Amino acid sequence: MSQPTSSRSSLAEALSGWPPPVLDPHGPFSNTVTTLAWVLIALVTLIFVLVCAALWVALYGSDELRAKLGGESVVKWFGLIVPAGVLFLLLAWGTTMVAGMTAIKGDELRMRVSGNIYWWRVSYLDAGGKEIHADANELHIPVGRPVVVDMVSEDVIHSFWVPKLGGKMDMIPGRTNRLKLQADKAGVYGGQCAEFCGGAHSLMGFVVVAHEPADWQRWLDTRLTPTPAAAPIGAEVLRGSQLFTEVGCAACHRVAGTTAQGLSGPDLTHVGSRRSLGAGILPNTRGTLIGWIGDSQSIKPSNRMPAYRSLQAAELNALAAYMESLK
Amino acid sequence: MLACTSRTWVLARASRTLVLACASLVACDGPPDRTPMLGDASAANGRRLVADKGCVACHTFPDVKWPRGGLGPSLQDFGRQGLIAGRLPNQPGVLMQFVRNAPALVPGTAMPAMLMTDQEARDVTAYLLSLKPR
Repeated sequence: MSQPTSSRSSLAEALSGWPPPVLDPHGPFSNTVTTLAWVLIALVTLIFVLVCAALWVALYGSDELRAKLGGESVVKWFGLIVPAGVLFLLLAWGTTMVAGMTAIKGDELRMRVSGNIYWWRVSYLDAGGKEIHADANELHIPVGRPVVVDMVSEDVIHSFWVPKLGGKMDMIPGRTNRLKLQADKAGVYGGQCAEFCGGAHSLMGFVVVAHEPADWQRWLDTRLTPTPAAAPIGAEVLRGSQLFTEVGCAACHRVAGTTAQGLSGPDLTHVGSRRSLGAGILPNTRGTLIGWIGDSQSIKPSNRMPAYRSLQAAELNALAAYMESLK
Repeated sequence: MLACTSRTWVLARASRTLVLACASLVACDGPPDRTPMLGDASAANGRRLVADKGCVACHTFPDVKWPRGGLGPSLQDFGRQGLIAGRLPNQPGVLMQFVRNAPALVPGTAMPAMLMTDQEARDVTAYLLSLKPR
């Protein structure tokens, strides 16, 4: 089977389009990166023009000009002193600028994201760094407030990147890196793993949803105080919940409040409310859920969930209905 | 004399083969083109929709590189197929109903009903019927 190399999805939208998301900042931290990029592009252009001019003089200039260009002082200044000075200034400026992207002030929202082959474990932390809520492949953040994300990995090196909201940070096994994100406008922003981590690396995306602060607080309160389902549970959903245990889904997946407490796969407690399926790569609908449950290997080759080709149509529908009910 | 006759015979035979070949070209242009019945449907938009709606999670399409879903049947040559889901005639009207509400036409199918407007269903139908081997 050929390995997928690209996708058309929320993930593709995060990385393509005009202006390119990496030059279209939606927050102060990504703004820093974009400023740095533009300054470098301008500088590179200037140097390129100067080199071309010098080349032209060397080839077609008068003897007098060529003699000047070949002099020792030109080599000393433009071959050594100016480049060293420019690079040193750039280093100093760049380091100060980027330092603000990881400095912790204390008023930030704290989160932790763990890279896994090929999905993201998402934890919301309290001020002391204790997990208060677990989710996967989707981050909900308030607009206008910086978010400090602790970056860890549970297997290989991944890299967390939301081009419109912040820089790029590697997730290295056995180490905790930190990155700050901030959105200045409510909306949905795409993210992607930016460090090659295996065959389906390009299909390891995620979604960041920025809410207005009041909406975000309401969202968090709902998540933290689960209310019993208001609507009666249908027969199909009930059958799905039984199958979830019988088929073995519960061995890897967790659904809070049930016996399903597996932790090696994504937490499915709120899978029905997610905007994407398969870590940012498909719309989350009944059809894609069925396709994913029945044969996720054809969608994301070499992911750790096996294909369940033995499930009957009615069973697939029941499981998908159960997933949809987990809001 | 013998040589001449034989040459005439060869020529006559060659021209007859040529005529037959031309006739077969005219006669064998495959199944009738069913897409004109779809009016202003856009196969290009249908191609976009099968990706956006997530059809690609279960089906393989010839011009979609990824994903190539494997749970449902491949739709590589769907435009040449006589039947939908092995039991319904592959005609635009039936197909338009099927892409939107498969369980109503084929009870017990794993394919769920899909939310689509009339125009979207028309576009997807036009796209599916355009899938023929080159």
